[in-house]
Parts: sequence; C-alpha cells; structure tokens
Amino acid sequence: MYHKEKSIQIKNSASALYNNLCVLRIAPRRLTYFTVVHANVVNMVSASWDGLNYSHRQLQSKEPNVATSTSLIMQAAFCVLTSRDLLVVTSQKGIQMYESDGSIMVYWHALETPETPTEQAVFARGISGVWENYICVGVSSGAMLVFDIPSKGSNITLSEVLHEHSESITDMASECSGSQECIANLVTADDVGNLCVWKSGEEFQLLNKIPGFDMSCSSVKLWKGTVVAGYGTGQIRLYEAVTGILHAEVNAHARWIYSLDIAPFSGLLLSAAEDSLVRVWHLTMTPETNSVEIAHLHNECVTDTQICGAKFCDGDGYAFAVTGYDLSEIIRYVQS
Amino acid sequence: MSSRTLPLLFINLGGEMLYILDQRLRAQNIPADKAKKVSTVAAWIEEDRKRVMNDIITTMFNKKFLEELFKPQELYSKKALRTVFDRLAHASIMRLNQASMDKLYDLMTMAFKYQVLLCPRPKDILLVSFNHMDAIKDFVKDTPSILSQVDETYQQLVEMYTPLPSGEFQLIRQTLLIFFQDMHIRVSIFLKDKVQSSNGRFVLPTCGPVPHGTQVPGLIRIFSCNGEELTRLQFNNGGNYTAALREGSFEIFGDRVTKLGTNMYSVSRPVETHMSGTSKNSTQHTKQVNTAPNPLAKEELNLLARLMGGLEVQKPGNADSGFRVNLFATDEEEEEALISRPDELSYGVINIQATKDQQTNAELAKIMGEFSESGDQSPSASSKGDDLLAMMDGL
Repeated sequence: MYHKEKSIQIKNSASALYNNLCVLRIAPRRLTYFTVVHANVVNMVSASWDGLNYSHRQLQSKEPNVATSTSLIMQAAFCVLTSRDLLVVTSQKGIQMYESDGSIMVYWHALETPETPTEQAVFARGISGVWENYICVGVSSGAMLVFDIPSKGSNITLSEVLHEHSESITDMASECSGSQECIANLVTADDVGNLCVWKSGEEFQLLNKIPGFDMSCSSVKLWKGTVVAGYGTGQIRLYEAVTGILHAEVNAHARWIYSLDIAPFSGLLLSAAEDSLVRVWHLTMTPETNSVEIAHLHNECVTDTQICGAKFCDGDGYAFAVTGYDLSEIIRYVQS
Repeated sequence: MSSRTLPLLFINLGGEMLYILDQRLRAQNIPADKAKKVSTVAAWIEEDRKRVMNDIITTMFNKKFLEELFKPQELYSKKALRTVFDRLAHASIMRLNQASMDKLYDLMTMAFKYQVLLCPRPKDILLVSFNHMDAIKDFVKDTPSILSQVDETYQQLVEMYTPLPSGEFQLIRQTLLIFFQDMHIRVSIFLKDKVQSSNGRFVLPTCGPVPHGTQVPGLIRIFSCNGEELTRLQFNNGGNYTAALREGSFEIFGDRVTKLGTNMYSVSRPVETHMSGTSKNSTQHTKQVNTAPNPLAKEELNLLARLMGGLEVQKPGNADSGFRVNLFATDEEEEEALISRPDELSYGVINIQATKDQQTNAELAKIMGEFSESGDQSPSASSKGDDLLAMMDGL
C-alpha cells in the first residue's frame, strides 16, 4: 500500500520523546516543514514538494536574556490557528512560540522552577492549537496553560490555567476533522492515562473525564468526536469523547506507543511504537449507531529503530513521515 | 528531565565496570596466558583481585558519596561522569592508562546503553539495576562490612524506585537515552552475539516475548454502547511475538527474569571494542552536544568537589601500589588505540572554574592534587614497558 521514498537528512539525531516529529504543509509555497527534537535543539527542515530543495534551521532552547542557559526540549509542534500558524517549543525552562518558519520568537513563557531540583521534574509537554485563537500547553504538574493568540503580533496572553490533571500531561489534541458539530474540541492526556475532554472558549469547559488504568497515555487524537488514545502497553483505545464510552480496544504494538496521527479527510490512523513498527489503520464512523470501527491496513518496519515520531504529510494520508531514536533522517512513505 | 536518573546511571555503569575489571583481573591470573606475554602483564594473584574489587566497591558505596548521589538533580555532563569513573577505577592498587580507561568506559557505556534500549518496559531498568546489585553483592559476599554497605544502598533503591509510576520510569529512560545518544561504538561481544550490527546500532527483535502487561499485537475488539463485545478481528502483526514472561521480582531477593544487566563476560569471552567502525557522522554529533555550553557546569563541579572530597582515596606511591591492568591483548595494541582514537572520543581535562566559596576552592584544590597522580609516581615507572617490572621490583 505504501512504499519508501527518499529520506530527508537532518542535522542531529532524534531524541526518544513522545510525538517527536511535526509536519506543516505550506501549500501556497509548495513546501513542507518538518521538526525533530534533539536534546536541546529543534532541527527544522523545509522541503520543497519537488524534492529538490531542503533548507535547515536549528532552534536552541534558550531563555531570553540568559545567554548561557540551555535546557532539554520536550516537544516541538506546529499550531494551526485561523489567522496564523505558530511553532511551539516546550522545555524544562518554559514555552517558546515562533513564527511557523522558525525565524522569529514571538513569545516566551517561563515555568516556575525551584532553585534546587526537586524529585518532581519540571517541564512543559503536550501542545495543541485549539479553535480560532487558542494554544494550550501541558505542564509536568498536570496544569494546562491556555494562551490567547492575537491574529498578528506578539501580544500573546496567558488567559487560563486549568488544574484537572494531577499527573504530568503527556499529550493533547484538538478536533481535527474541522467539523463544527462536535461539542468537544480538545482532549488532554496524562501519565496515568486519565483523559480530559474540553470545550474551548473564553473559559474552557470540562465536558468529561475518562479514567485511565495506571498506564501512561503517550499520544492522543480527537476525530469526529472520537478520542483515539495510545498507551504504554501498546494498546490503542477509541472512546466517544463526551460520554466516555469505549468503542474499540486494539492490541496494536509490542512496546510503548510514541505517536499517533490521523488524516482527517480519509480517516486513516497512523500508530508508531518502540517496537520499530508503524501501522496504518482505517477509522469509520457509523452515524446511525453513533459508533466507530477500526480496521488494520498496513505495517511498515523501520529495522532496529525505536520510533519516536510518525506523522501524515497531508490530510488524506497519501504520504507519511517517520523518525526514531538515534536516527538522523526522516523516512517518508508514499501510497503506491 | 527526570531528576532521579543519576543513581541508576552510576550504579549500572559501576556494575558494568566491575564485571569488566573482574574479567580482566581473572584473565591476567591464568598461568598459560601469563606465559605468553610474561614481560608485559603482571601476574595477579587471587588476593589482589579481591582487594581491587573490594576497594572499588567500598568507594562506590561510600555513604557520603551516595547521599549526594541520591539527591534530586540533573545528570552530570559526560565529562564530569567520566571523571568520577576515572577516580573510581583508581580507588585501589590497580592502575589503568589512558587507552585502557577509554576502552573500559566505552564498554561500560555501550553495555548500559544496550540494556536501557532493550529493557522491555521502562520499569525494567530497575530489574537491570538489581541484576547489577545482585552481582556486586556476590563480589563482596565474603566481606560482611562491605556487604552491609551495599545492602543499605539496595534498600534505598527499592524504597525510592519501586513506588514510581510507569510514566516516571519512561522519563528516566528517556533521560538516559539522551545521555547515550549518538554513541555507536562497536563492541565485539555484541557483534558476535548478533545483538549489534556493523553500523553500531543495536538489533531490535520483532519476535519473542512481549513485555509484562502487554498483549501480543494482533487483536481488535469492538464494543457496543453498553460495553458488550460485538466483534473480534485479527490482524497480521508483522512480527513473531509470544506471550509475556512472568514479571521479575522487585524485592531485594528474587528472580529478575531478565538477563539484561547480568555478567556477560567470562575469561573465554574477552572484552573488545572496534573503534575504527565508529561512523564519522555520529562522532560529529557527539561533539556538538559535548561542546554545548553547560549551564550547570559550576554547580556540577561544586557537587563533584563535595563528592570527591568525601571519598577515601588510596594515594599512589604506597609500597604495594602500581598494578596495571590492560584492557587490550598486548601493550602495543593499547598504545596504538590511544594514538588512533578519534579526537572527538577523547575525554579532556575538565576546566574547573574558581568560585568565591573558599571551602569549595580548598576542596577543589585537594581534588586537583589527587588527580595529578602521574606526578607522584616514581620516575622509573614513567617509561613504558619498564614500568611494570619496576613496580614489581618495588613490591
């Protein structure tokens, strides 16, 4: 179903972090941006669709005004809002927001870090753009920060801090189908597998809490009102977001899942794990019964690679990209 | 990232170091082996081996040292940790030259990287650590005072780590993997066992038992709105997995089930590395990380100073000092390795910055003094080849 295409070389190898690959298509310029985190650096590649041009950029996790300070980066992700796209980078020190091409840092939010290290590590992880103008970021304390993003400029404000999770937030995702009918438009996950379902707005509203089972939910997606969650046990679970009804449970991988992605137009689901496998699935909604089904379509093995990032490159799932721990390339697969 | 990573890094690397040294000390004790290179290798007697092992383990489990180690903190830089192990390896009467020390450190780090990468669940890093602790206890089983020291740390490990949730262990594992990132040194024992490929990457099997708590991939279950199972579908998982083994014991005594972290060396399976195979690409990356300014350098060195100050050090120059252990087959090979080692892989001297704290300064000065061991050695020991004989004469 898919075949391997020419890989994209990156300047540094990928670190073993959840959801460590991000993709943004810039259709008017026929370009795709890729980001991969390596320790304290974000590697960014802009690749032209004809495969002829690659330009690289590296972003350091620097606090403004403290020239020597660096800290490990936990995640980098593109947030697509109505009027602008931003690249958000989270680290042990705080949250950086850049223009999507990485050229200008428009905002910096420092985390409260104790003077001497505590047993509970401090970091931000879990990034999602929500609706027209919000960017949400998770914190290791379990708090969720909501930033209000103006249509241009750097006047970004922290509008809310929500405390529904008591464990470190692992990942979060907004409704990706673009459907306005779905009430829930954000799901957040944490280190014991608890899921919170939200409705965004001037004040975010908690719609539902889906209890976990003491196992990290490392990657989560929201599609047509269905939460798709990947766990450390290698399982994928499909929940109805607002009711918490479990629709499907899949014994999907032999090791920790590191990344899930959905192609919203086709309902294709991508899952990738430490077991070196990437799998493609197909989700189908049955509106009459209000249920969702999942079917397995395809496997790709990236030999001897613990995969840490996998993303579709387009909304139909025509192509996807993969990277793994210690790997200095992004491998691309395209439908045959 | 995780501030609980350092104790596990230290204990597991220390455990690997002890395996390798024990193997070398035993190998050099074999008369047939000795006969072949009588001029280069000292004849170790069993008593010396035990003494070296005991001295190093005593230092490793020094109470003050471990107190500092167990405090929540970021990992040391690669250089600082290397310095700690340089000191530890020289805590007894045994001496290693630069090339042997480099090789020892490469072997230790690649072995633990393998264990971290391959452990089935992040939590199994603790079982790997317990395998090392079990072996360390066995090394000192005839010396009750050291044994109780090791047991105390064992207790502390169990209390501190067993209650942690799976996500915290994954964070520890990810922190360790960043520490070991881009190290691709080829190790002959791994190449022979086909667990490492020629490009230095470890082999990840897509067969065998799945981790405890994980189901063999291949089943989809669909449920109705009231929780009834509607359908079961099978899919091809692309591997050849079997059901999980029983869970290893997280108690002080018990079967760990996993073999990761047990002693893989024996006299018939000597230790070797293939430095030439290190890809140029990867060393460049390593360099890049190493040269990044480390904001924690000052605090780290202050801490190191406190730690080292707390260690009882056997000063060289004692009547019975001067046993040298070679991690290579011959001295010539050892010398060659030192010359041919890529610069990127060499560990330079740490630049210790002066601080305002006078006490720290004094401690640092003391450590600096202790580091310059070569200066204390008798002139006869300095020229290569003669040194061992001279030391032997000195006994």
